[in-house]
Order: sequence, then C-alpha cells, then structure tokens
Amino acid sequence: MDSERPALGRHERFRGDYPVVVEGLQNKFGKQVVHDNLDLTVRRREILGVVGGSGTGKSVLMRSIIGLQQPTEGNIEVFGRSITEAEPDENIGVRNRWGVLFQGGALFSTLTVGENVEVPLRQFYPEISPALRREIARYKVMLSGLPEEAANKFPSELSGGMRKRAGLARALALDPELLFLDEPTAGLDPIGADKFDRLTKELQDTLGLTVFLITHDLDTLYAICDRVAVLADKRVIAVGTIPELLETGHPWIEEYFNGPRGRAAQGTQTRAESKG
Amino acid sequence: MSEGAQFELESSESGAARLVLSGPYLVSTVGGIDTELRKLDHEVGEIDLSQVSEIDTAGAWIACRLATRLNAEITGANERASRLLKAIEGANSDAPLAAPRLPLRLRVPVEVGAKVYSARRGIFSVIAFLGQIVVAAGALIRHPGRFRPKALVHQLELVGVNALMIIGLMSFLIGIVIAQQGAVQLQQFGAETLTVNLVGRITLRELGVLMTAIMVAGRSGSAFAAQIGTMKLTEEIDAMRTIGINPIEALVIPRILACTFMMVLLGFYASVVAIIGGAVVGDLMLGIPFWTFLARIQEVVPPHDMWVGLIKAPVFGLIVALAGCYHGMQVSGNSEEVGRRTTMAVVSAIFAVIVIDAFFAVFFTEIGWG
Ligand SMILES: Nc1ncnc2c1ncn2[C@@H]1O[C@H](COP(=O)(O)OP(=O)(O)OP(=O)(O)O)[C@@H](O)[C@H]1O
Ligand SMILES: [Mg+2]
Repeated sequence: MDSERPALGRHERFRGDYPVVVEGLQNKFGKQVVHDNLDLTVRRREILGVVGGSGTGKSVLMRSIIGLQQPTEGNIEVFGRSITEAEPDENIGVRNRWGVLFQGGALFSTLTVGENVEVPLRQFYPEISPALRREIARYKVMLSGLPEEAANKFPSELSGGMRKRAGLARALALDPELLFLDEPTAGLDPIGADKFDRLTKELQDTLGLTVFLITHDLDTLYAICDRVAVLADKRVIAVGTIPELLETGHPWIEEYFNGPRGRAAQGTQTRAESKG
Repeated sequence: MSEGAQFELESSESGAARLVLSGPYLVSTVGGIDTELRKLDHEVGEIDLSQVSEIDTAGAWIACRLATRLNAEITGANERASRLLKAIEGANSDAPLAAPRLPLRLRVPVEVGAKVYSARRGIFSVIAFLGQIVVAAGALIRHPGRFRPKALVHQLELVGVNALMIIGLMSFLIGIVIAQQGAVQLQQFGAETLTVNLVGRITLRELGVLMTAIMVAGRSGSAFAAQIGTMKLTEEIDAMRTIGINPIEALVIPRILACTFMMVLLGFYASVVAIIGGAVVGDLMLGIPFWTFLARIQEVVPPHDMWVGLIKAPVFGLIVALAGCYHGMQVSGNSEEVGRRTTMAVVSAIFAVIVIDAFFAVFFTEIGWG
C-alpha cells in the first residue's frame, strides 16, 4: 500500500482499481468490540453487497468508511486517501465523490425534496447558477424514480419508499463515483424493491458507479450484486460471488443462502434467467 | 487543453452553425459555462460532443437542454455520453422545488384567517388536553398499579435535585442585590434596619417563588416540550399508544406531579437562600450580625407571607409543566416545529406565571394577608 499514488485532480475520475480499502479495522463502543481486524476492498465499478446478521456492524462499517466513526485501530483508504488520518471536517477532496443513503433516510426535514437535493450542490459548487441548480435537482428527482410532484413536498409528506428514493436523489446530487446504500429496499413493497434494484443497477451501468450496498434482501443480492461480503464474528469472513461463498461451507453462509428464503430467492433468479 | 469546459461556434456553408463543446463537462466544471450557453441564441444545427473529455449527468443535461432549446441535433457523443443523454431525456421536468406559496395579495388574508382558526383550535386543544389529563388521572386512581413511580422519581430528580445548584446560586445573588440596593435607599431615611423586613417579606412572598418558576420554566418546561416533541416526531408516542400505553399517563402525569411538588420545595428553598444572601450583606455592610438578621426575620415577617409563597408555588409548577407537555404533544411535521414549540412552552409559561402572580397579589391583599 505504500506505492506512489498521484493525487487525484479536481475534475479527474478515480482510475485505481480499489476505491475503498479497509485494513485491520477495529471498532469499539466502550467494552463492546464491533469489528476486529476487519479487511475489505471494494473494486471499481462493482456492486458489492454487504450482508450479516442484525447488529453485526454493517452500518458502523459504512460510517467508518465515510469518516463519521473514528475507528480505534486500522486504516481506511477511499480513492487512495486515508480517511482515518484526516480530521472529521477536513476537506480531503473525496466528499464530493461519494453519495450516501442512510438507513433512516436522513433527509433535512425543513426542506422540500428538491431543496434537499440542492444542498450538496450549493455546498460544493456555489458557482453553479440557481437556475441550473434547480434543473439538476429536478432531473435527479426524476432519475431516482419519484413522480414530478414530489419535488416540492416535505419529507414528512412522503411515504417510506418515496423517502428512500428522495434520499437516493440527494445521494446522487453530485454525480458521485461511489455510492453507499444502507438497506435501500428495507420497508419497500416487493414491486417497489424490485424497481429500486433495477434503478440501482441501471444507474450503476450508466453512471459507472461503484456501489457499497448493505442489505438483508436476498433478491437484491441475487439480482444485482457482483460480489457479496459477509460480516460475521466481527470481521468479513468471506467475499465473492454467491456460488463462491457457498463453497466456503461456513455454517452461517449456508444457513443464510440455503434457508427457505434463500432458496426462494434463488428459485426466482433461475426462473428469471431461463426466461430472459 | 486547459482545464474547464469550453465551447466554440463554427459556421458552415449550409446555413446553421455547429456548436463544438470541449473539455470536461462535469458538475464541478459547468458552473461558469452554463450562464454563457444560456445566452446563446444563434441558429445551431448541430451540437458536437466529440471534443468533450469527460461528461456526467450535469454535462449531459446541459447538452440535452441546449439541443431542445436550439432545436439542434447532438452528434459525436461517445458511448458514455449517449447513455447519459438517454437517461436524462426521460427525466425532463419543470416541477417547482420550493413548497407551494400563495401570491402576496392572497397570502395576507389567508394567513390571518389561518391564525384565527388556529387560535380557536388552540383553545379547543388546550381544553381537550386538560380533559385528557383529568381522564388519565382518574384512570390512574382507579388502577394505581399502572402508575410509574420510577418515572416520577426520575422526573423529581431532573426537575428538583439537579436544579438545586443553579437555583441556590441565583437566589443567593438576588438576596444580596435586594439587601444591598434596599439598604442604599433606606439609609436616606435612616431606616436601614428595615432592610430585614424588605428582604424577608419580598423573597418569601414574591421573588423566591417567581424567580424559581421562571428558572424551572427555562430548565424543565423547555425540556418537557423538546423531549415529548421529539418523541412525537420519531413516532415513539404512536408506538406507545399501539402497545396500549397512554402517553398522558406515562409521560405527562409524572412530569406534572414532579414539577408541581418540586416547585413547592424549590420555591421555599430559594426564599431561604435569598434571606441568607441578605443576611450576609447585612453582616458585611450594615453592621447587623448574621444571626441577629435571621432572628429579626422571625419577628418582622408574618407567617402568612410564607403561606402566600407556598400556595402560589404548586400553581406555578402546574402551569410550567402543563405548558411544556402541551406544546410537546402539539409537535408535528419537522424538527423546526420542536424548536418553535419549545420556545412557545417557555414564553407562555412565564407569561402565565406572571399574570397569575398579579391576581394572587390582589387576592391575598384583599383577604387581609397584606
Ligand atoms: N453509537 C453507538 N454507540 C454504542 N453502540 C453502538 C453505536 N452504534 C452501533 N452500536 C453497536 O454496534 C453494533 C453494530 O451496529 P450496526 O448499526 O452497525 O448494526 P447493523 O449490522 O447495521 O444492523 P442492522 O442490520 O440491524 O442495521 C450493535 O451491537 C450496536 O449496538
Ligand atoms: Mg444498519
């Protein structure tokens, strides 16, 4: 990891192979150890699914990568810059390259959906004229699959699924290269979840995104993830495609993918493939 | 190639010009060029993207919008650009972003009307809230097992015990100020010994309880409103209801009891500390020994002065708690509302306390406790 890495120009896209590299991460809350010696690399332009039981620290891992949670030990590099060594508020030139959709949406409740999308634009690119900013916000709202009328509604006036989409619109505001999604399909109806999956895949294809996707949704894993990382025993116990994971023979992975729900999701997937 | 997005107009023989875009067309670079492109009103037949080095949705959007406005055709788009253009095309919209707002001429009457109605609704909801409390109190009396002594003890600690330091300090300083300022004025008549009467009577009757009520409104009334309001926003209150817990019983009644009871103790405590503050000034400035000052208090302050304070205190405590809990329960919508309701809780509590204090002043004088 100590090879010479040229600094990333302001208008340059990241060309390295691994936008996110986590090494030897340890996170503690008081005496509770959430992560211990956790390693994970995310490849450029992949959708990496992250799974694990509730409370295994998926959200905490995401918060560590985006610099909201200072790990007790370990190193995290995003776009070749160390996040762990930077001060939380220091501008290290990567914050405009990622978009984050939090588990709870985390929309600004006093702003409308459209204004929510405008916030990052205003923050990072004040030179953009208000007219263009409004236009960008509008097409982002449309791109994330919300109806036109949603743009001037407040988050409290939206349904749970619409709030997720609004959160996605804000995450996409700056045309990020790296997208973090924390359980985007939780709480959506199956049709909505399916649409959200396809939207994620489509955006990833068109915009060339790298996606870090935390999910409990087996259908999502089968449908759109290139690789899946499994979090258990405080570390990432395996990373790979689903068949590769099954080969490891780890009991938790077996149970996860071969349980009744796992089989059902697998079934739909094979049916869809044979049809298409 | 220099950094930044650029464009150039190339005229061709066949009439319509060719607009050549070059450089990176990214959200980080298009800010400046967009204004110039907007002003463009040449006849353009073709927009050439082949010189564009990098493009994202913002760049694609600008090209797409230009093409529509100038009625031109986009050429030379590479694979990525054409994908983005396709994605953007469907996303065209001109929906407003700001929350809907009426024109000024309508807004004034509509807002006034809304204020009047909300004032009326406010009166009803206050009455409804008081009714709910009576019902919940009745239910608790019938089913004493549902009462939560732990919640009450916790609130007693928050409202009372934790306030001892700050209220003590405040009262001590007030006692000092009254004694010192009073002495300066009374000395002009050679009546500085009357400072004892002044300090004793005014703190026990008025200031001890009043200042404590204001402090409790600021400390605990605001906390009640903010806490209950946040619980409403996060749907905790709804969750309680569905489990069968009455939020009035679980949240409001313990706070009202704690605040009412603690106000009595805190009010009396404040008066005592203020008198001690006065006695310290008496000792240092007026030559009245500390213990003599305290002994004189017993002679010159009639016992009903203490009762006046002790009767007012629970009423003030009740008002502060009611205002805090009521405004907390009225929160809905967003986080701004929590702030607004918290402010209203404190302001209305202090205002009501002062108005009622005036009534009490007249009342007690009339019944001969002057
Ligand atoms: N701020 C915090 N303070 C203390 N403990 C925390 C904090 N945040 C998380 N934890 C603990 O860390 C562990 C991991 O939490 P995390 O939110 O990452 O779980 P998760 O894997 O995202 O679960 P879920 O799938 O339910 O979202 C949990 O045991 C939790 O109690
Ligand atoms: Mg989580």
